[in-house]
Amino acid sequence: MRVALFLTCVNDTLYPDTGRAVVKLLTRLGVDVDFPMGQSCCGQAHYNTGYRHEAEPLARHFSDVFGGYEAIVTPSGSCGAMVRELYPRMGERARAEGRGESLARTLAPVVPKTYELTEFLVDVLGVTDVGAYYPHKVTYHPTCHGLRSLGLGDRPRRLLQAVKGLELAELPGAEECCGFGGTFALKNAEVSAAMGADKVRSAESTGASVLCAADNSCLMHLGGTMSRLGTAMRPVHIAEILASTEEEPAA
Amino acid sequence: MSGTFVGMPAFPKAAHDAVHNPVLRGNLRHATHTIRAKRARAVAELADWAALREAGRRIKDHTLRHLDRYLVQLEESVTAAGGTVHWAADADEANRIVTRLVKETGESEVVKVKSMATQEIGLNEALLDEGIRAYETDLAELIVQLGKDRPSHILVPAIHRNRGEIRDIFRSEMGGWGRPAPEGLTDTPAELAEAARLHLREKFLRAKVGISGANFMVAETGTLVVVESEGNGRMCLTLPETLISVVGIEKVVPTWRDLEVFLQTLPRSSTAERMNPYTSMWTGTTDSETADGPRAFHLVLLDNGRTDTLADQVGRQALRCIRCSACLNVCPVYERAGGHAYGSVYPGPIGAILSPQLRGTASEIDASLPYASSLCGACYEVCPVAIDIPEVLVHLRERVVQGGPAVRQGNRVVLKPAKGHAAERAAMRAARWAFAHPGALRTGQRLASRTRRLHPRTLPGPGRAWSGTRDLPAVPPEPFRDWWQRSRGGKDGVK
Ligand code: SF4
Repeated sequence: MRVALFLTCVNDTLYPDTGRAVVKLLTRLGVDVDFPMGQSCCGQAHYNTGYRHEAEPLARHFSDVFGGYEAIVTPSGSCGAMVRELYPRMGERARAEGRGESLARTLAPVVPKTYELTEFLVDVLGVTDVGAYYPHKVTYHPTCHGLRSLGLGDRPRRLLQAVKGLELAELPGAEECCGFGGTFALKNAEVSAAMGADKVRSAESTGASVLCAADNSCLMHLGGTMSRLGTAMRPVHIAEILASTEEEPAA
Repeated sequence: MSGTFVGMPAFPKAAHDAVHNPVLRGNLRHATHTIRAKRARAVAELADWAALREAGRRIKDHTLRHLDRYLVQLEESVTAAGGTVHWAADADEANRIVTRLVKETGESEVVKVKSMATQEIGLNEALLDEGIRAYETDLAELIVQLGKDRPSHILVPAIHRNRGEIRDIFRSEMGGWGRPAPEGLTDTPAELAEAARLHLREKFLRAKVGISGANFMVAETGTLVVVESEGNGRMCLTLPETLISVVGIEKVVPTWRDLEVFLQTLPRSSTAERMNPYTSMWTGTTDSETADGPRAFHLVLLDNGRTDTLADQVGRQALRCIRCSACLNVCPVYERAGGHAYGSVYPGPIGAILSPQLRGTASEIDASLPYASSLCGACYEVCPVAIDIPEVLVHLRERVVQGGPAVRQGNRVVLKPAKGHAAERAAMRAARWAFAHPGALRTGQRLASRTRRLHPRTLPGPGRAWSGTRDLPAVPPEPFRDWWQRSRGGKDGVK
C-alpha cells in the first residue's frame, strides 16, 4: 500500500517530531510511507476565516499532490476534517455559484482516501495495539474536529489503552472545546485564553503528567497556556506516544 | 444600561468584562452546565431523536421554501376566525402598527408575555415614547425590566443574575412599577416567586390589552401557539380584551400535525422537560360572553430582515430556529463571554448567525459576530432542527472579509468587505502564495529555523493577542521536509 503522509504546514514547520513519529510508527506496522515534497497546506485557516476563494487553489494543489496515492494519512483531526468535510462543500459552493463541476471533480478523488492517523490505524490497518511502550500517566483531549467532524469516537482512547505502561486518566469535560479555533485564538484572544485555562485546569485535576491530543494546533494553544500558568504537565501528540517503544522510548 | 442594543462595541471588546467577572462567569457556568446535562438526559430518553430532528429540519425547510403560500393561507385562516392580520416590513412599521392598535383601545398600559420578536424591534421603548407602559410578565423578563437591564439568554433572560441580585432588584424597583415587594423579602426562590406573583396578579387583572409573540403559527387554522413554563403567558393571552401578537414570518408551520414534532423537540431541548407545563393555543376571537380569550385579535407579521435572510442559500437555515436555546447552553464562548456581548436579543451561536443576517454586517458588532466562535461544532450537534451553525458562521465570515452578493431590503446588492480586514487579507494572500510555491514555503521555514534563537516567545502587533496569555512554541532546528529529504524517512540511517 502506497500511503502518503500529509503532515500539515503547522507540523512540518513547528512539530517535525510528530512527523518523524508517524513515519516510525507506520513503518513499524509495515506501511510504505511517502512524503510528497510538493505538499503545503490544506487551506483550512483560509477557509475558516472567510477566505474561501483563497483556499480553493490550495485545495486544488492538495489534490494534485496527493491524488495518486491509495491513502493519505494526516496526524491532524482538523486538517483531515478540512479535506473530508469541507472540500466537498467547496465543490458544491462553486457549482452553486455557476462555476461548473471543475472544482468538485478535482477534489473528489482525495476526499474518501484521506484518513486521520488514529482512524487509519484502527479502520484501515485494523490494529489497536501498535506495540508501543510509554510509562506515563496520560489524559486525552478529543479535539473538536476529530470528535464532531470526523467522528473519531473512542479510537484514540482504544489505541492509548493498549499502550504498555500507560495509565489513562479520564479528562473531565473532555468534549468541551479547548479554545484554539485557528484565528479565533487571535480574534477573540481573551475568550480563547479563558477556555484554554479551564481546559488545562481540568487536565491538571486528573493528576496526569501528559496531556495528549491528535492535533498539534490545539496542543500548541494548550502547551502555551500551560507554560504561562506554570503547569508541570506536558502536551504530547498521540503519534509520539504510539511511536514510542521500550527500545526507543519517546522523551 | 440602555434598553436597546444599538451602538454596541465589537464582540471581543464586549466580551472583555464578562471574561474578567468571576461572579458572572460562575453564574453562567453553573446554569449552562446544569441545563446541558439535563437536556442530554431528556434527549437520550427518546429512541427516535435523530428522526425527530430530521423531521423538524424538513418541515421547516419545506415551509420556508413555500413561505409566501403558507403566509397567505395563514392570513386567510386568521381572518376567517375573526382576527386581523397586519404586515410589517421592518421594526419601525411593526412598532407603528402596534402603537396605533393600543391607542385605538384608549389604554395606556399593556401586559406582555415574553416575546423575542418585540424585543428585537424595541417595542417597549416605542410604546413608552407614546406614553404607553408595557409590563413584562415572564419572571425572568420581569427581573430584566425591573433591573433596567438587557436579556442575556433566550430562555432565561436573567441567567446572568443570581438570587441575591434578584432580591435587591425586587426590593428597590417593584414599588415604582406597581405593588412593592413584601417587607423583609429574602432570596429564597419561593419568596421571590411569591413576590413576583403578587406584583403581576395586579397587572393581569387590570390590563385590557395583552401583547404576545408566538412559538408557532398554524397556517391551516390560523392558530397561534405559545409554549411556556410559568402560566403567566396564559394569563396574558386569556385575560385581556384585546390581544396583539407580533410574530416573525418564519414561525408558520403548515398543519397541526407538524406541531407534533416540535412539541417534542422544543421542551426537551430548552428546559429539558418531556413536555412544557403550558401550551396555549388561540384561534381568532371569541364572541361568547363567558368564554376565555380576547374579543379583538391582531396578528402583526414581522419581516425585519427575514426575507433577505431567506434569499441566502447558505444562511437561510438560521430561520429554522425554534429558539430552544440549547446552542447557548453548550457554547463555550457564550459561557465565557455572556449574553450581552452579542449585542442583540439573540445571543449565543444562533445570535452570531441570525443578527448579522437580519441586521446586515455594516456595524462593528455585526461584523464581529461571525468570529465569535471557535467552530467547535457543539451547537450544531445539539440543535433540534439541525442548523449547521459553523457552516453559516464561515459563510458570514466570507461576507465580512470579501463582501459579495446579498439581498438587503429586498434588493440585490453587492456588499463591500467590512473595514479593518485589509492587513489580514494581505496576509492570507501572501500565505496562499507561499503555500502554492513550496520552494518559498521552505525558504521561510529554513529562515525561521536558522534564526530560532532570536525568536521571542511573545509577539508584538496583532500577535500580542496570542502571547499576552500563552507562550509560543519554540521553532525546531529543522523543518520536517528537510529531515525527510536528508534521510528519506530515516531509511538512510539518519535519525
Ligand atoms: S439554533 Fe437550534 S439550538 Fe439554537 S436556539 Fe435555535 S433551534 Fe435551538
